[in-house]
Amino acid sequence: MTEEKWEPKVVAFVCNWCTYTGADLAGTSRLKYPANMKMIRVMCSGGIDPVFIIKAFERGADGVLISGCHPGDCHYNAGNFHARRRWTMFHQLLEYLGIDKNRLQFSWVSASEGKKFVDVVSKVVNDVRELGPFKGYKELNSEFTAVVNGLKQEVNKAEAVNG
Amino acid sequence: MDELRNHVKEMLANGTVAAVIGYKEAGSPMRTKPVIITAPEEAILLVFNEYCLNNLAVYLTKARVKNLARVNGTIKKLGIVAKPCDVHAVIALIQESQLKREDVYIISFNCNGVVKDYGETLTGETIASKCLHCDARQPLYHDKVFGELKDLPASPDEELAKIKSFDDMTSQERFEYFKNEFDKCIKCYACRAACPMCYCTQCITDKTIPRWVESSAHGRGNFSWNLIRAFHLSARCVGCGECERACPMDIPLSLINRKMLEVAKNDFAYLSGRNLETPTLVGSFDVKDKEEFIL
Ligand code: SF4
Ligand code: SF4
Ligand code: SF4
Repeated sequence: MTEEKWEPKVVAFVCNWCTYTGADLAGTSRLKYPANMKMIRVMCSGGIDPVFIIKAFERGADGVLISGCHPGDCHYNAGNFHARRRWTMFHQLLEYLGIDKNRLQFSWVSASEGKKFVDVVSKVVNDVRELGPFKGYKELNSEFTAVVNGLKQEVNKAEAVNG
Repeated sequence: MDELRNHVKEMLANGTVAAVIGYKEAGSPMRTKPVIITAPEEAILLVFNEYCLNNLAVYLTKARVKNLARVNGTIKKLGIVAKPCDVHAVIALIQESQLKREDVYIISFNCNGVVKDYGETLTGETIASKCLHCDARQPLYHDKVFGELKDLPASPDEELAKIKSFDDMTSQERFEYFKNEFDKCIKCYACRAACPMCYCTQCITDKTIPRWVESSAHGRGNFSWNLIRAFHLSARCVGCGECERACPMDIPLSLINRKMLEVAKNDFAYLSGRNLETPTLVGSFDVKDKEEFIL
């Protein structure tokens, strides 16, 4: 993909009860939002393990959005309260290790906030577009592919020798 | 030292404790290693000085050590010789329900600091960096305490200065810095083995279906591993520095752990392992927790 054609890839992890329903509402209300966002529905924002976020970056995401019910509205009462504490720690850890804070964003979007959902997604996609491709993790990925390809070649060579 | 030995001897003889985890000399008076004492006459081996670097709380969650405490079907106490900072780890383990307070017998010291490395005389230069910002040189919890407080050699807190200096770097520069550090990682998991708070019977990096953290030692897997390790210890780490001391590749893990300690302190006024009455930070919540970073 050439630089001009680059489009940000944003993965959103959203909870089933609020944000996903909010996104649905945006759809049924015919509101437009950038198609750069790939949405993954989970049952509760409290169930979004930070390894999901790391995996998304590993698989080429340029940004990640996490969204759940407003505090007090959690379908499971307290899932988002627990999540909030973890996010407070996690986003500061990522920032410290050099992952720009705009690459990982959080929001509360309720089932009736179709408009807010569109605004949030547009903001995140724009922020990520401004930052450009996530070179840091992409380099890690290409290193990884190089290692794997090297190993494959070795295996092929060995197989050729051994018949 | 005699006080300690006599006390342990007595506790073992009268059956208060089933075993005591402590330190013994290792080849030189300026070096120690962990020892588990089960017979009163072995208590003579115990030492306590500025070379007692290990955080022995790591053994408390090991099944083999826990089994020692099972004597004829009843649970006896496990004794542990713990520096005041190591007591934090014991307390954190109790907070996380890995132990009961009545199952451990804490023998502690009013602490005058430890060295960075064996074989050095304790001075302002050789003192371990954690001792420079220690907030509890007297143990917060103990069943027996020995020793007298002396003044610590003065020295600037370079670790914190270094962490603050990261604020002036761009994200990319920080990413490069940590990527290069993590690149050295050989996935030996010594940091995990040495950590009293890494007691999971199956670590996330050992889970293979699905494989969340790649276990081969290449840039991407190393970055994920170090990130996840740091996150799992955020607000749980007691800052003992054992992970960094164990790391054969000299990765500055304390720079990350200390940063997260500061985050928990600033945002939640929380320090791990200081209070038996409070729940852990990540195991609880407050509806009024700050959230200005959430859209
Ligand atoms: S992460 Fe390191 S400093 Fe923190 S408790 Fe574990 S071993 Fe100690
Ligand atoms: S790194 Fe995480 S999962 Fe692994 S032992 Fe430590 S706390 Fe447990
Ligand atoms: S001790 Fe160091 S080299 Fe070994 S796994 Fe931990 S960070 Fe990597």
